This record gives sequence, structure tokens and C-alpha cells, in this order.
Amino acid sequence: MSIRLGVPSKGRLMEKTFDWFGERGVDIRRTGSDREYAGAVGGIDGVELVLLSAGEIPRELAAGRIHLGVTGSDLVREKLPRWDRLVQELAPLGFGHADLVIAVPKFWVDVDTLDDLDAAAAAFRARHGHRLRLATKYHRLVREYLRRAGVADYQLVDSQGATEGTVKHGTAEAIADITSSGETLRANHLKILEEAPIHQSQATLFRSLTAPTDEGQDRTLDALSRTLGLAG
Amino acid sequence: MWRTPEVRAEAARLMACFRDAGAIEVEADVLLPADTLLDLYGEDIRARAFTTADPLRGEQMLRPDFTVPVVQMHMAEGAEPARYTYAGKVFRRQEEDPDRETEYLQVGYELFDGADPAGADAEVFARIAGCLQGLPVTATTGDMGLLIAAVDGLSTTARRKAALRRHIWRPARFRALLERYSGRAPVPPTRAALLACEGDPLKGAGKAIGLRTAEEIRDRIAALHEDAAEAPLSGEETRLLSAILSLKGPAEGALKQLRDLAREMASLTPALDRFEARLEALAARGIDAGALEFAGSHGRASMEYYDGFVFAFAADARPELPPVATGGRYDALTGVLGQGNSIPAVGGVIRPGVTLALREGGA
Repeated sequence: MSIRLGVPSKGRLMEKTFDWFGERGVDIRRTGSDREYAGAVGGIDGVELVLLSAGEIPRELAAGRIHLGVTGSDLVREKLPRWDRLVQELAPLGFGHADLVIAVPKFWVDVDTLDDLDAAAAAFRARHGHRLRLATKYHRLVREYLRRAGVADYQLVDSQGATEGTVKHGTAEAIADITSSGETLRANHLKILEEAPIHQSQATLFRSLTAPTDEGQDRTLDALSRTLGLAG
Repeated sequence: MWRTPEVRAEAARLMACFRDAGAIEVEADVLLPADTLLDLYGEDIRARAFTTADPLRGEQMLRPDFTVPVVQMHMAEGAEPARYTYAGKVFRRQEEDPDRETEYLQVGYELFDGADPAGADAEVFARIAGCLQGLPVTATTGDMGLLIAAVDGLSTTARRKAALRRHIWRPARFRALLERYSGRAPVPPTRAALLACEGDPLKGAGKAIGLRTAEEIRDRIAALHEDAAEAPLSGEETRLLSAILSLKGPAEGALKQLRDLAREMASLTPALDRFEARLEALAARGIDAGALEFAGSHGRASMEYYDGFVFAFAADARPELPPVATGGRYDALTGVLGQGNSIPAVGGVIRPGVTLALREGGA
């Protein structure tokens, strides 16, 4: 049986992943037409390529349907409660850097820290009759972060895309999203709180701790680890 | 463990124990409107309750406890004084510990009676203790009203007191606020820069977007200026707060120590009078009230909910088991649900799955 390696199926994340493996002597490429999700792995035997949406790779790793997978560390933490029992981080890949941050309108000159955000939320609720709305798709990470910081009187509203526009469009007062350069935030009149990011994400190679392996698969995993220059 | 006939029989037995006290049996929906719970508890409830959606009624939650539906039912049709009992499953998400149950039975007793708060506190506690008789459990008690009175007694601005009161249930932020108000935490550079800003700080600040208006921002800046001019909390007062929070021991001794502390903070006295009246009411019901374990911070880690007497019964020899019973006074919650129309209320729940485990497993 081959071991199954899950890789993002498109875009820069896919290309950079191919490059990362290529630089280490493992040749991954797509086969067939541009539109067919099929691929091949060269330079090592017994590894099957599975092209998946980056957002689905955490779930597939946790379910043990793939042995290895490349995805953002933010997605693993958001989608898998107690992620470190389900997957193991084998290597940060050094690209796809993005910080999960909280951003508020730039003209909120009185809000720069979580302490400020909490106080502004209390006053906002008293005046507007509802909690201060924070748009995000990272519900678990953001809620846990704000709970630990003791921030109250906010509510999360779901935003699966174009989150930076929600404040301008009146569906949220603040946002929590990933950003690499902060340009989109600035363009939408938002600023990042002066706090450490909720999470500093990058593309990471994970190993499933739930996928069963036989002896042959163990040998393949060892060989791949050596080829990639991973410790252990 | 709710599945076995033994647990259901145990639940029926506990409910009969509450019925004997004159409680009326009530039922509650399993699906509750999410907005009520979210408004009450905030976003944290999403980590504790299962959320689902109905295409017509919108977001719903599987009841995480009976308090909200029972209070709503009482407010809609109840007359005082009223005693209710109920038995049914509650549902809790467990993101951290897969060994904890996601659904289990609760049997509860709720008392709505404004005439004699100390008597009502004692009645609920004694009734639950009575239903647990023979089990190897010990009680811990606390009093959130005492903490609220201590905050109200600080010699500082109403705004600071309101901020502290708001975070009584969030110990980390409460401590951070105390550090800041007592001048022990450094002013963040961004705050210092804002306060040092001469002229209009909003000038050139960027486009006004979202519901929060420039006026709200100016109001907060004005409040920050006022707060910066305010004298720091005195060392004596912060030490007094810490002394109350770290207090632990039998209730009789705790009351004595608190009476000593009240000589420096008169605002504690009405709360301590209530504490003392409660101990007397408990003693009148045959409880060894002076020996009851009291902890100054008991109840702070619960949801923003209890605001007076709080208690929990636990099996000391079985630390792996969840608390056998918990409860307390929640006048403020009825105020929020009743849009300001508050009803004095106190209640508690027992977990029949846990009492049965104790009966079967011994101590």
C-alpha cells in the first residue's frame, strides 16, 4: 500500500509546495489536463498524491484518510479541537506566512489594545443595544483567544470571505482575519490591534496520528523523512 | 450514563424529594432560541452549547441548562412564591475533554420568593443537602454578593466600579483592571500617546466606517482623560479585595474575619448581615452552618450568572467525578430576561448519574 500525501490542489500554495518537495529531491507534479485533479510523485516509491482543497486537509488528516498533508497551521488549529492529539507538525515549509489578527476601524483612535476593545465593546452594547460584532471565519481560535483575555460584550458573525469589507458594509464593527502584509486591511480603513497575533500561520507539513500504517508504509514514511531531511 | 433504568429511577427519586418540598413539576423545551442565550451569556456559550438551525425559527441551541426556560415560564405565568422541579437532559459541548459527557440528566429545584432571601437561600441548600443525605459529599459555599459589595465599596469612580463589577466573573481581566487602577501596571504606549495628543485626535484619523460613531470615540477619550486624572486605588483597598478573594475556611470563622475587614470598608456590612442571616436560616434548618466550608472566590469561574449565595457539593474521595450538585442565587439574570423586571430567585441542580455512581461505587 502506498502512503497518501495530501497537497493543496491549486494556486500559489500548490506551486510552492511542489517547489519545496522538489528542492529536496521529491518530484511532485500534476498529471493530465490542467483541470484534472491527478498527480504523480517521483524520486521515491510508494507515495500517492492526493490533491485537495487546503481547507479540507485538516479533516482528512484527522480522519486518517491521508498520512501526510500540507496546509496552513491556522486551518489545523481552527478546524481540529485538540489538534496536537490528531496530527503532528513535521516541518514548517517557510511560505504561506500569515498572521491571524484582530482589526478595527483606523479612526477608532481610542482602541489599540484588547483592554480598549473590551471597554469599547461595553460602551457600544450599552449604546446600541447589541453586542459589538466581530466578523471572522476563525470562530474557535478567536473565541478562545478573547475568552482567555477576558473580553466580553462582543459577538462573532460569520464571514467566509471579503471579511475586510464587513465593517464598511455595516455587518460588523471589527474583524479577525489572516493578513500577510496588512495592505487589504489598510485599503479598507482598518488597523491591527497592538497585540501579539492570535496565531502566526504558515504552510506546514503534517503527519496524521490516526492513519493506520503497515510495515511497508512505515518504511516509506522513514524513507521520505530521510529524503526530505526531517529529523527522526 | 443517563441511559440506564437505574439513572432514570434515581432521577425520579430526586424529583420526588423536591416534590415533597412542595415543588411543582415543570418541563422545558430542548431547543431554545439561540439569541436569548447569546444575549445573556455572550459568545462563550457557543463553546459550551450545541448550536443548530431551523429554517424558520433561526438559530437554536440544545438547552445547556434549565434555568432560562424555567425563569421565562415563571415570568410568563407564575405567581410568588413558587417552587419548581424538573428532570431532563442537558447538552454540553466538550472541546477539551472527551471523557466528559455531552448529555446528562439534571434534576433541579428553583425557588422564586422575594419575601425572605436568607430563608430562600437556606431552603434550597438544605433541600438539596437533604436529597443527598447519606452520600459522601461535602459542600463548598461562597457569596458573589459580597464581592459585588466589596467592589461597590472601593473609594473610586462609578466608572471604575462598573468596569470591575462587569468582570467579576472573569478573574484574569478583573486582576488586570485592578493592576491598572492601582497604578501598578504601566500605561500602554498607545494610551499614553492618545492622552498626550493636543488638538483633535480624530483629525486625519481616517474614514468613519461602521456603526460606532465619532461621538462614541470622543466620549471614550473624554472618559480616559478623566480616568487618567483619577487617583490610584489605595494599597489598603486592593489588599482588602485580595483578602476577601483568598478567604477559605469554615463559614463561622470567615464571617468573623469579614466583619473585621468591614471595619475598613463599611459597604460590606449589609452583605455581611445577609451572610449572617443566611447562616442563621441554615442553622434553623438543621445544617451545621458555622462549619460549612466558605471560599471567597467560589462562583467566579461559573458563567456570568450567580450574583449572591453560591454552593457546590462534591465527592471528596472521587475527584474524577463532576460536582454532584451546584446552585445559587441569580436575581440579576431574571432582571436581564425580564427586561429590568427582576425576580429574586435561587435554585440548584443535582446530577443523578453522579449520585448513582456514588451509591454504587461507595466512597
